[in-house]
Order: sequence, then C-alpha cells, then structure tokens
Amino acid sequence: MMARKADLSDAAMLAEATVTFTFDGKTFTGRAGDTVASALLANDVHMVARSFKYHRPRGIISIGSEEPCALLTVTENGTTEPNTRATQIPLQDGLQLRSQNRWPSLGTDVFGVLNRFSAFFPAGFYYKTFMGPKGAWPFYERIIRRMAGLGQAPEMPDPARYESNFAHCDVLVAGGGAAGLSAALAAGRSGARVMLAEEQDHTGLGLLPESATIDGCAPRDWAAAMLRALQDLPNVRILQATTVAGVYDHNFVTLTERRPLLNGDAPQPRQRLWKLRAREIVMATGAAERPVLFANNDLPGVMLSSAVRAYADRYGVLAGKQAVVATSHDGGCLTACALADHGISIGAVVDSRATCAPDVAAALAKRGIGYIASSDVVAATGRKHVTGAEIRDRATGQTHRVDCDLVAMAGGWSPNAHLYAHTRRPLEYDRTLGAFVPGNEAPNFHSAGACAGKFGLAAAIAGGTEAGQAAAASCGLAVDQTERPRVIGQDYPVAPPDGIPAGLREKSTFVDLQNDVTMADIRLATRENYAAVEHLKRYTTLGMGTDQGKLGNLNGLAVLADLRGVDVAQLGTTTFRPPYTPITFAAVQGQDHGEAHHPVRRGPAHDAHERLGAVWTNAGLWKRPQFYPRPGETDLEAVNREVLAVRSGAGIVDVSTLGKIDIQGPGAIELLERVYMNGFRSLPVGKGRYGVMLREDGMVFDDGVTMRLSETHFLMSTTTGQVQQVHEHLTRQLADRWPGPDVFVTDVTENWFSCALAGPKAREVLAGLTDIDLSPDALPFMGCAQGKVAGLDARLFRISFSGELSYEINVSSDCGAALWNRLLDHGAPMGLIHYGVESMGVMRVEKGLFVVGREADGRMTADDLGLGRMASRKKDYIGAQAQRLPGVTGAGRRQLVGLRPVDAAQTIPRGASIIAADAPDGPAPPIGHVTSQVFSPHLKSSIALAAIEDGRARMDTQVLAAGPLEGRRVAATIVDPVFIDPQGERLHA
Amino acid sequence: MMLITCPFCGPRADTEYVYGAAAGQGYPAPDAQQHELTEYLFLRDNPKGWHRELWVHRHGCGQWVEVERNTLTHEIRQVQALLQHEGKE
Ligand SMILES: [Zn+2]
Repeated sequence: MMARKADLSDAAMLAEATVTFTFDGKTFTGRAGDTVASALLANDVHMVARSFKYHRPRGIISIGSEEPCALLTVTENGTTEPNTRATQIPLQDGLQLRSQNRWPSLGTDVFGVLNRFSAFFPAGFYYKTFMGPKGAWPFYERIIRRMAGLGQAPEMPDPARYESNFAHCDVLVAGGGAAGLSAALAAGRSGARVMLAEEQDHTGLGLLPESATIDGCAPRDWAAAMLRALQDLPNVRILQATTVAGVYDHNFVTLTERRPLLNGDAPQPRQRLWKLRAREIVMATGAAERPVLFANNDLPGVMLSSAVRAYADRYGVLAGKQAVVATSHDGGCLTACALADHGISIGAVVDSRATCAPDVAAALAKRGIGYIASSDVVAATGRKHVTGAEIRDRATGQTHRVDCDLVAMAGGWSPNAHLYAHTRRPLEYDRTLGAFVPGNEAPNFHSAGACAGKFGLAAAIAGGTEAGQAAAASCGLAVDQTERPRVIGQDYPVAPPDGIPAGLREKSTFVDLQNDVTMADIRLATRENYAAVEHLKRYTTLGMGTDQGKLGNLNGLAVLADLRGVDVAQLGTTTFRPPYTPITFAAVQGQDHGEAHHPVRRGPAHDAHERLGAVWTNAGLWKRPQFYPRPGETDLEAVNREVLAVRSGAGIVDVSTLGKIDIQGPGAIELLERVYMNGFRSLPVGKGRYGVMLREDGMVFDDGVTMRLSETHFLMSTTTGQVQQVHEHLTRQLADRWPGPDVFVTDVTENWFSCALAGPKAREVLAGLTDIDLSPDALPFMGCAQGKVAGLDARLFRISFSGELSYEINVSSDCGAALWNRLLDHGAPMGLIHYGVESMGVMRVEKGLFVVGREADGRMTADDLGLGRMASRKKDYIGAQAQRLPGVTGAGRRQLVGLRPVDAAQTIPRGASIIAADAPDGPAPPIGHVTSQVFSPHLKSSIALAAIEDGRARMDTQVLAAGPLEGRRVAATIVDPVFIDPQGERLHA
Repeated sequence: MMLITCPFCGPRADTEYVYGAAAGQGYPAPDAQQHELTEYLFLRDNPKGWHRELWVHRHGCGQWVEVERNTLTHEIRQVQALLQHEGKE
C-alpha cells in the first residue's frame, strides 16, 4: 500500500479489516470502510478508464456522485452493473471491477490512436462525417458502437432483489452536511415527521476539521452529536447512502437508497427506490468543486482539490507525492495547506488573483509553500499520468514548468441546485460566485447552505436552522427560534478564475470529461452558430453524459460566454431534469416483475378449468380457457371438436369476464335511452334487448344485451375488458351532462359467475336441473327468469353468442365452481361438453357477430357493421348528431363483410390487407382489411370477417387477401358475414 | 406526480385518477350545425395556463370531479364534486 499514510488514527472512515478485490483481473487489497476509489488510489492505481470518444487515459477526479470519469463495471454476488461511479461503491470482499471502453486492455487500448486523429472527430462529427454514401450507415454504426460508449449492459438476469416503496413526511431534508443536519434537527424538534437523506455513506463528511468551532466543539464532533440527537427523535428517519434523485409535481420526490444499512439475516434489497410525498422540502445539497481549464486537464493525476483532501482526511490516502494546486480563491490556498499537513509536498500554489488574504498568505508561508500569483496552470504534461504543470504568468505571458504527479484544481464551487431546478423554477446567476443559485424561494421548498450560494460553516448552520424552522412552521408546527448554535471561525469568499486564461491549447482542454468535449468543440459549435446553450449541448454533447455535466457545465457556459463576448447570466442554463444521478432500472421496477408486474385475474371456476386441462389465454388481466385439448389432439382438432359438439349437441363456456353493470332508479330508462342508439323504452320487464353504444363522434363504442329486471332495474352487459370504460362513460354522463339523483350504476362484474349453455340440446340438459319453465313460450329468445339452477339461486337469460339455442346462467360468484361442476356432471351423459373462448370465437365468426376491439375498432359506425337500421330516429342519443357529418356516412366507408377463399384448401392470412383482384405484384393500395379469420369446421373451410370499402355493394365479387407477414396472396370471394343459419332458426328454437 | 384532493377521499396521487375531458364544454344540441359539431368534436383548445377538466377517481371513490389545473405549472387551484345528491335519501 504505497499511497496510504502510516498514521491512520485520523482517517475517519477506515476500519481495521483488510478487504480483497480485483480490478481488471488483478487482485488488490483495501481496508474496510474504503470506497473503490479510495482503495484504488491507495494502491497507486490512477488510470481506471478510457474516455468516451478519444479513448484517452482517465483517472479518478472527485470523491462524490459528480464523478465523470471513474466509471467501472462492478460484479458482486452475481450482479453486474456497468457505469458505476468508483467514488460511490463501498469496498466489499470479492468485488470484481472492470474498466470500460478499452480493448484489449486499459494499458494498451488499440483505439487510443483515435486521440491522435482527434481533428477528425469534432463536434457534430456524427452528423457530418457519416452522411454518405447511401446505405453505408450500418457499416459505420458497427464500428462506432465498438469504439464509443460506456460499459456494456449485462446479459444475464440480475439475481439481486430490489424494492420500491411509498412514503410520506412533513419535511424532507436533502443532504446531511452542516446545513442539512441543522435543518433536520430544527424541524424534528418541532415534532415534524422528518426524513433526512444523505448521498454519502455517512452524514457530516464534508465538515472540515479545522474550519471552526461550533458551540465549542470541533466540527466533526458536532456533526456526530447532531446525528445522535436526530437518531434519538422518533419522528426523524435518517437514510444514508441515499440520493434524492428527482423532485416532481407537488413535492413528489424520488430517492434511491443503495445497500441499506439494515441488520438481520434476511437478504436485503440491493437498492431501494423511495417514492415520497413531502409537505416541505429543504434542499441542503452542498456544492461541487469547479474544475480548472488547462490543456490535458483530463490526465490521471489531475483531481479536484477538495477530493484530494477528502481522500487524505477520510481514508488516509495520498493521491500524489508532489502537488501543484491551481486556484482562484483563498479556499484553494487553505486546501494546499491541509494537503501539506497530510504530507503531500506542494510544488506551488498557482493563483489567478494578484494576492490572497494576509492570514492565508501567512499559513502558506508557515508551511514553506510557494505562492505564484497572477498566474494560471495552462497545461499538465505526461502521457498516462501527470509529470508536471505548465504555469503561465498573466502579465508577462511567460511560462515555466513545475514537476509534479498531482494537479489539484480549486476553481471555485458550483451550488448543487438541481433539485430546485427540477421544480421548473429558474436559477439566477450570481456574479460573485460565478455560479447559478436558486432564485426566489418556491412554496414548500427551502434552500440552505452552499447549494443556495451561502458558503461557510456559519452560513450553513444558520441557513439550515432557519430552513428547518420555516418548513416546520409551514406545516403548522410551533418552532423554538431561540435555538441557534454558536459558530466561531473564519469564512473566505468563493470565486472562480477571472476569465478564461489566454494561450490554452483548446483541443486538449476538456470541458466535459465524460463526453470528451473540448474548448475547441465549443469554439466550432459557436462558429457554426450552435451558440444557444440548448443547441450547444446537443451539438457538442456537453453535459449529456450520465453525470449530466455536474462538473463541466459551468465551465462550458463560461467558455461560450467568453467566445460570444456576453455575460454568463445572459446565456442561462440548460434544463435540469431528474434524476440527479442515474437510477438502475431494476430499482425503478422494484418488486414489480413476473406476476407482481402484471396481476392475473382468475375467475370463480379457474381451478375447475385447470383440472379439465384448459389451455389458457389472456383477456385483459383475466385468464380464460382457450380450449380443452384431449390427449393426442392438436389445437385445431380440439377447437373443431368443441365447435361441432356444440352445434350438434350442447356445450358450456365460462363467460364470467363479460362486464355487468347494474342500473337502478327511476331515471334508469332515461339513461339507457341516451347512451344506446336504439330504443329501450318499450322493453318489457323480463326481457332483454341488444343495444349498441356510440361515441360522440358516431363510432361504435360498445355493445351488449341489457335485461329489464323490473320497471326501474336493469342489468347491462359489456364487452370483456371494457366494463370500466363503459361504467365511467355512464357515470360521467350522470355527473356532468344529466345530473340527478334518480339513477345509480354499479359495476357488478365480479359479483357474478356466468356460463353459457349452448347447442340444440341445451334445453334438454338444463330441464333436469331447474324449476324454471324453459318452454319457448315461457322463456323465449331474449327472455329472462329467476329461479334455481342446479340447486343454486340463479338468473337465467336466453341469449346467444354462438347462433345456437343458448342460456346464460348467472349465479353468485362464490357458487360458480359448484354450478360449473354440477352442469357437467349432470349433462355429460347427454353429451354436454365444455368449450373455450377460441371455439366460442369460431362460432361467432360463423354467425357473423362482430366484437368490439376487432371489427368495431373505433373507426366503424353502426352502419359499417350492418346495424344502421337499428338506430332510433325518434330520440336523441350520444353519437346521433355525428351521423350527419360527411365522412361518417356515404360511399367509400369500410363495411363488414364475410370472406371465403376461392380455393377451399387455402386459408385466409391473419391480418391480411384486402386488395383488388387484379392488383399487380408489389405494393397495392388496400381497399380493406381482415378483422377475424378462423377455420369453420361447419363449412370445412377457412372463413373471415373483413372491413372492405363499400363491401356490401361488392357481394360475390373477388378480391385478394394479402398477408404482409406470410407473404401470401389468397383469392377470396366477398360473401354475407353470416355463414350459418341466416334465418335464425337454431337461435329461436 | 400530482396530488389531487378528492372532495370525497382527500388528497390522493394522480395515479389513482384518470383524465376524462375538458370541462365546461357543453354538449351539442340535437340540431347542432355541422361546424358546431366538428368544433365540439375535433377542434379543442389547448390552453397554456388555467384549464378546467374532468377527472374520475377510478382507484378511489369512482366519482367524477372537476379539477382546475394550470397546464404550465401543474398547480391545482380547485377540485369540485360534480354529482350533487340533494338530500333525497
Ligand atoms: Zn375520491
């Protein structure tokens, strides 16, 4: 361990245990408490990645979630995750890490030569370079995909568990630094339900040991005491290693929690996505240190000064032996002092200003640190690691070189105001800070500390306390405003370098390190007039990486402003969008996979169907028996057998999924009159009527039979899967259009089990099971009755969807299985069979009955479906007016017809387009489409229903059914859609 | 995700609701002219700012409510019940 300090007594994060891990196949050791980044640096591993476009060597820049370069593919316990920030992965025994975007290895990457050809890859090069010749793009694309990009998505299923859950709180505090801890305690002491989310593994990590005393304590001790105080409050929940990812409408917040620090033997979720509704939000998210612009500022060994210091403070890791610190404010000089105290030799502090504060100068002098004023670092030298820094004097323009293996950048601070920006309120430019800060406070949203542009410990604690109190007060809680910690310490103003230094080699001066955007790219984009910030972003990809430009955006704006000769404030920012850091899809999915993702609805007789060997099909969320194959039968043979058995004997089918809406009240008949296009006023009690419902634009919305159970009580049936839409259609009319208290509509679908008993022997089968008079006079077609069926209280409806004599039997859903089994037990000796929805579908096509969603696809009028004459002319109903619109009626509309293949041995292709019989080979204009096609065992032929332009006028003419997927054209004859029993003799038997 | 305060159930997430239509549009008269019909059916405003709309609390009480919502900021000014039961029961 070359880079670890000998004395680790002050290394706040480290524990004793040794941890073994691999990086690119080589084994390393670190210490418990390390992150992957600190462990790699401790092993003197700096180069950890190749860059996105030019494959340049890259190292670890930062210590937090803003890290643009050190993205690794991590494998632990069988889970592989690409593009993970080394700075945020806790070190674990057995962790396998791989570098990305290199081949064959990090050290000898063949695409690294791209770097020498970078002139060929300027901004917009994808748009310019690969335009032609025609057809060549797939070739380019293969190569580009190999060269560019980040890690590869894993191909194996992820064995880890993920969770997402909902939560509510009064006050969410985002950030557990000085401001966040203060806010959480202030709000928590008022009794508010507080959630405190800290992105790092521990709260209070950002507090610098020597900066001040708080109530007489050292900052670290104060933070630890604050944490204990918060833990003692039962109304405060602390989430560590949790990022507030996004703020959405009405303070809806998402948080991602990585490996929750929970105890116990049960396997814990790897990540958790919180969906939180917070009454108040306190943003205390701190700031990110701003990189400095100079040539080769992407070399391994170039790091943020605060990160260099934090690695030493927390992990005892020295990222270099000899450092040059590039700064523009006193904070950078003080960081240099702290680094020197850790044992890093400081080659020079290079300050763009003419002078620093006297006490800071004294601190530098005391440590013998050379201070170079009015100068900039303009380049780092070295190939795979920094070997020196070129320093240029602002006045003379002269440069000289200083040897070093580390350049620490202290270019000011950028407030992390993303969460405020997520609320779609504009950020404002603060000239002193050279950064964007939150604008006017939003309702129920508070900012405190560095993210609000208020730097320094005293400001953070005061601002946090105020924000916490304000949030609690806004929740209606009493707050004690006298509680204020006493902070003694000196704060120094924060500022970025004044202007862009002259003489930078722009092609190797990186602005966005993750996306390889240089100053030269911004110059080019400006020259080509992509000079608005949103254009610049898209043309150069500045800020479009997984880091969303947390470090680079502000420098990009500064360069753009400089090139255009305007103020940064005039440029504004690009839009900040959630998430703040990338979220694993698995966490978004949480536990919602498999059955939990797509709940299954099982009918009351599900188990009975299962025992009968049903093949299942999905209808909405419902499972329905499709058919029941016998041993040795093919699917088609099973369906044919079922259909023929029903047509010649009797069969039962479960139709429980059909929607049922109970309509009661004096106003019920009026409602039906208005929503159905045909009349219901004359319907007698004890009878049903088939009705067609239209949308207001005149297209068919739903259909079904409505029974009149009493003068004021109706039972409406709807298409399976449409009951919710129909129910809401009815309730909306009642609420908005015809308000009144005299009718109630209730969805009762799940209260009933229904099965249809159909076939010429249906009456004979049922007769032995019921006390209801089944004679045609007593129970004619469309009649209904109540009584006992198989010993169960039942409603009996004589309706049919097969064209056969048919009874629909309804019993309470908890009796469904009993009814089904008793019917089969009783009927089997008479030849009663059970059939599925596939067979039912064959019979309805044979009978020419349309289905909503197939034939009635939202583009068909009642007349198109052959029901035009049903429409009442005596009343107003929804969709009536639209019948007068041109286009809704008239020539050229597609009408429902039947199709039979000319050659009975051929089948009509599924989903075929209908084209003219004499259409030449190749694409032809369609004149219609096939909506349903089945094999009719009755006719021993393929048959189909189709919608064809002016179809009814084309009866007995030929067309071609062209199947786009099968590549077949089948000659077919247009026929009446009713293939069986056109007179309805079977139905009315 | 918006928070819509149902007059019957209280504040609930918008995922419990389903948007229905713009509110206060009226309905075409039986003898409406063709241009009135086409405007009613197809030519709706898409205002930037305040908008009255009908939502149904599908996964709650099932009632229709009128929501006054700012289409730009998603601020919700008022939520009203539509169905007036006038104490007959
Ligand atoms: Zn409700």
